Amino acid sequence: MAQMNLLHAINNALDIAMTDNERTVCFGEDVGHFGGVFRATSGLQEKFGKARCFNTPLVEQGIIGFANGLAAQGSVAVAEIQFADYIFPAFDQIVNEAAKFRYRSGNEFDVGKLTIRSPYGGGIAGGLYHSQSPEAYFAHTPGLKVVIPRNPYQAKGLLLASIRDDNPVIFFEPKRLYRASVGEVPAEDYQLPLGKAEVVQTGNDITLLAWGAQMEIIEKAAEKATGDGISCEIIDLRTILPWDIETVVNSVMKTGRLIVSQEAPLTAGFASEIAATIQQECFLHLESPIARVCGMDTPYPLALEKEYVSDHLKVYEAIKHSVNY
Amino acid sequence: MNTDSYNEGAVVHTPVFIDGHSVEIPILKILQQDGTLYECAELPDIDQELATKVYKTLAFHRVLDERMVASQRQGRLSFYIAALGEEAASVGGAAGLKDQDMIMTQYREQGALMFRGFSLEDFMNQMFSNAKDLGKGRQMPIHYGSKELNYMTISSPLGTQIPQATGYAYGQKLQGLDAVTICYFGEGAASEGDFHAGLNMAAVQEAPVIFFCRNNGYAISTPSDEQFKGNGIASRGVGYGIKTIRIDGNDILAVMKATQTARAYALKENAPVLIEAMSYRLGAHSTSDDPSGYRTREEEEQWQANDPILRMKNWMLAQNWWDETQDAEIYERYRKEVLAAVKVSEKIDKPHLDTLITDVYDVPPVLLQKQLEELKEHINKYPDAYPFTAGKF
Repeated sequence: MAQMNLLHAINNALDIAMTDNERTVCFGEDVGHFGGVFRATSGLQEKFGKARCFNTPLVEQGIIGFANGLAAQGSVAVAEIQFADYIFPAFDQIVNEAAKFRYRSGNEFDVGKLTIRSPYGGGIAGGLYHSQSPEAYFAHTPGLKVVIPRNPYQAKGLLLASIRDDNPVIFFEPKRLYRASVGEVPAEDYQLPLGKAEVVQTGNDITLLAWGAQMEIIEKAAEKATGDGISCEIIDLRTILPWDIETVVNSVMKTGRLIVSQEAPLTAGFASEIAATIQQECFLHLESPIARVCGMDTPYPLALEKEYVSDHLKVYEAIKHSVNY
Repeated sequence: MNTDSYNEGAVVHTPVFIDGHSVEIPILKILQQDGTLYECAELPDIDQELATKVYKTLAFHRVLDERMVASQRQGRLSFYIAALGEEAASVGGAAGLKDQDMIMTQYREQGALMFRGFSLEDFMNQMFSNAKDLGKGRQMPIHYGSKELNYMTISSPLGTQIPQATGYAYGQKLQGLDAVTICYFGEGAASEGDFHAGLNMAAVQEAPVIFFCRNNGYAISTPSDEQFKGNGIASRGVGYGIKTIRIDGNDILAVMKATQTARAYALKENAPVLIEAMSYRLGAHSTSDDPSGYRTREEEEQWQANDPILRMKNWMLAQNWWDETQDAEIYERYRKEVLAAVKVSEKIDKPHLDTLITDVYDVPPVLLQKQLEELKEHINKYPDAYPFTAGKF
């Protein structure tokens, strides 16, 4: 098995998807010859030609509108939005069009062959407009799937599954991990299931739940808590929508405690949805209130980023508070 | 960078400003209102069989619109959008294409779907959102769609189909198909950002798409001079580097000629075309507004004299391809058929409750299945409150 960083794993998955199906097309701003601003599509234009991997004009609503039409026609459309912070001009094409395409037509037409890739999240000194985690906006939209990987192995398997899934998928790539996260990745084609969370560490005292780059944070907090004799169960949600309620419920039934941590601001984030569902499903099994450790309710800051983020110490404090409740 | 597309003019040494009116835009007219052709006018490819089909579609369109507006007034239908006075744009466009070409529309182009052969029953079932509606009763009346007939299901948000048409056409090109996409929209929708996105991307990505703007003078109540200040929509095509033509949208032969020519060009050159068809919305925007509040009767009367269906009829009569007896007969027959179809479709049941959750995804997720089960329990508990579905699942 080769060592790959998360970017290489994405690039490798795209290469496989384009080799495997000649109707797979990758496009977006600077995606062509340059290979994308993060180089996720590096070498694809050279290998598959300009018709299948190309630059688009700077118009996010156009990129996704185009992608919707292309997917409806039967091509496998893999569109890149350069930063998740810039996905909002395409909000209408995603929320009103892609998500509703199949439903509104009674399954006469669909855009199941659409995948939107976008680097997201903070930790790169990107300030307000290169750091956001907008998954909750899309999680509020029936018809979409929202997928976020935590490491290179997950990224390759989940991206291939997203591209081949017969529903429109938004695939958010934690850009802080692009080069920082390195791991073993099989060279061959493989897929990981969508809609399935993964228990990455079993434990008895408390359940810690996160996704994407925030997994590193809760793992670090769990390690610190282990020193205090607290046994943490760690779950990677992996798919935000539709999410795996069963795996989380089973864990919380066992531990009686839950902390959900996300990079995005607290209010109306996806952690809130999880907390509401788990209190309903596990009410009599809970030993303490479900805690959310999230970004503050401000735009993403720059100079004070370190103070703003939901780091491992904040998660660790929440663990202690929950266990000692 | 390649600057071939920059057409640099004369060098000047004092400021010279240009505007959209610097480009004179010709307007294509072939057929006059009295049914005679303009001198030297070049006809589209049309024979008696095609002309008869086109004319019958126009007549059917007029009848369906009249009857459905009346049905809405009687409270039998919740909503309707007629295309009175603009029928030639949609019917003529479809008649200038081939069946394998994709048609993406705004909402006033039911004529294209009629030409393709969508049945009267299919129209009715959609409008009455019953169990036989292809769209499963999910959208308001007039949001038709048919995969079989290559007519993309309509969505209410304005202009969203424009960049989608570019993507669809790009896919057709990648597959090397003998097919293009036509994309209809109004001059009001051309103010949406998606118009810019779709046209610019079509030019850059070299997509065989025909953008067909129905400039009917009004976006609900807003006249076009409060919508834009440029030289119509056609002037914008030039800016995007798109071959552009302005036509008389009430002239069915001009519509067909322009569409046929555009199709051939788009396919051969892998490039988009913009058609701006000048017309007038003789009726209300929809059954939810009354135009007397925002325009004069005199203005409407001027355009009534330009009726596109009467114009084609005059030509058909002059060709000896049609006569008044036939004309009276089809109008009478269509009225009877539409009335009968209304009576059948309005009695058909609503779609099954299970269709509430199908097609959100390819397979309903667990949580959604659970929500449906909870709903069924609730309906069973209060059946009187849910008369359409209680006891039917």
